[in-house]
Amino acid sequence: MTPAMRYSTPAIVLHWLAALLIFVAFPLGVYMHELPLSPGKLKLYSYHKWIGITLLMLAALRVTWRLTHTPPPLPADMAAWQRRASQAVHGLLYVLMIAIPLSGWLMSSAKGFPTVWFGVLPLPDLVEKNRELGDLLAGVHQALNFALLALVIMHVGAALQHHFIERRPFLQRMGWNKQERT
Amino acid sequence: MKRNLTNLSLFTLLAAFAAPAAHAVEYRTVLPKQSSIGFEFRQMGVPVQGGFKRFAAHMAFDPARPEAASAKIEIDLASIDAGSPEADDESAGKLWFNRSAYPKATFVSSQIRPLGDNRYEMRGSLTLKGRSRDMIVPVTYVPGKNAATFDGTFVLKRLDFGIGEGMWADVATVANEVKVKFRIAATGN
Repeated sequence: MTPAMRYSTPAIVLHWLAALLIFVAFPLGVYMHELPLSPGKLKLYSYHKWIGITLLMLAALRVTWRLTHTPPPLPADMAAWQRRASQAVHGLLYVLMIAIPLSGWLMSSAKGFPTVWFGVLPLPDLVEKNRELGDLLAGVHQALNFALLALVIMHVGAALQHHFIERRPFLQRMGWNKQERT
Repeated sequence: MKRNLTNLSLFTLLAAFAAPAAHAVEYRTVLPKQSSIGFEFRQMGVPVQGGFKRFAAHMAFDPARPEAASAKIEIDLASIDAGSPEADDESAGKLWFNRSAYPKATFVSSQIRPLGDNRYEMRGSLTLKGRSRDMIVPVTYVPGKNAATFDGTFVLKRLDFGIGEGMWADVATVANEVKVKFRIAATGN
């Protein structure tokens, strides 16, 4: 695999860091909201918010990086519909990586709980406390997350399909290994 | 002419002294709609606001005789806003206010001392969940056209009253300090 076929190292590091945090924050969010109120629940909520805000920062970094760097080209013989699908899914993933933590932050403010990143950095409340708005944003946060789940399944499915079924070295595009493989 | 002037000055001086006495009001009638009792506590380092919607306040305050002033406040704990509906429900339980056994919080003043500049120090006893603790509450008196307001902020430690026992006694999650902020508006009789 030539270097041109691989994403830049910062892009790869950011990708896997975001992936790891999403794979922690998502199940945590699903699990924690059904719990009865307890100190443990309050802790999990805080951890979830801290991870979410971290993801928002990572997403901002990733969008900036993506807009200023050219990703490696897709294989020349790839079908046009696959290119379009790839573009659409990647675009939507970026949108959701921004929109999901943002909706969580707004929901938190609307429910009357400011977000204090790692218990240290207080984020401004962009909306006033408002029960109806809080419930609405909770619904939005959940819907966006189900959309993310669907997109991640497509994203991972497509990568695995290209790699293992079409037998193209697709995973190396986001891999650690800089050496060409056959 | 000079004598007249002196008389006039004397009269003005007397009038000035007499005026506060003539206008002296004893504030006794609390206006519930313009009064409020709120609190703030920290949960995982995050400030959360709450308050009580229903309380009965009785007071008597004559700025000319602050030592004779008194205040009694009874808070209906069922009127709590603990920050979220979930927390409102939780706060009624045995670990928190144990509201079925102790439905009210009461504050009764014992001594009021002027600090100057319309500020006062009110000492009194706060009873919550069957436990009484002496509190020192700073109060600022703001005279107004129709009603005077009495504002104050003080910090209590919830564990002094057994508020948040068992698993909730962990102050790293819910801080021990609770900032209470009140405004009582009252008119004269």
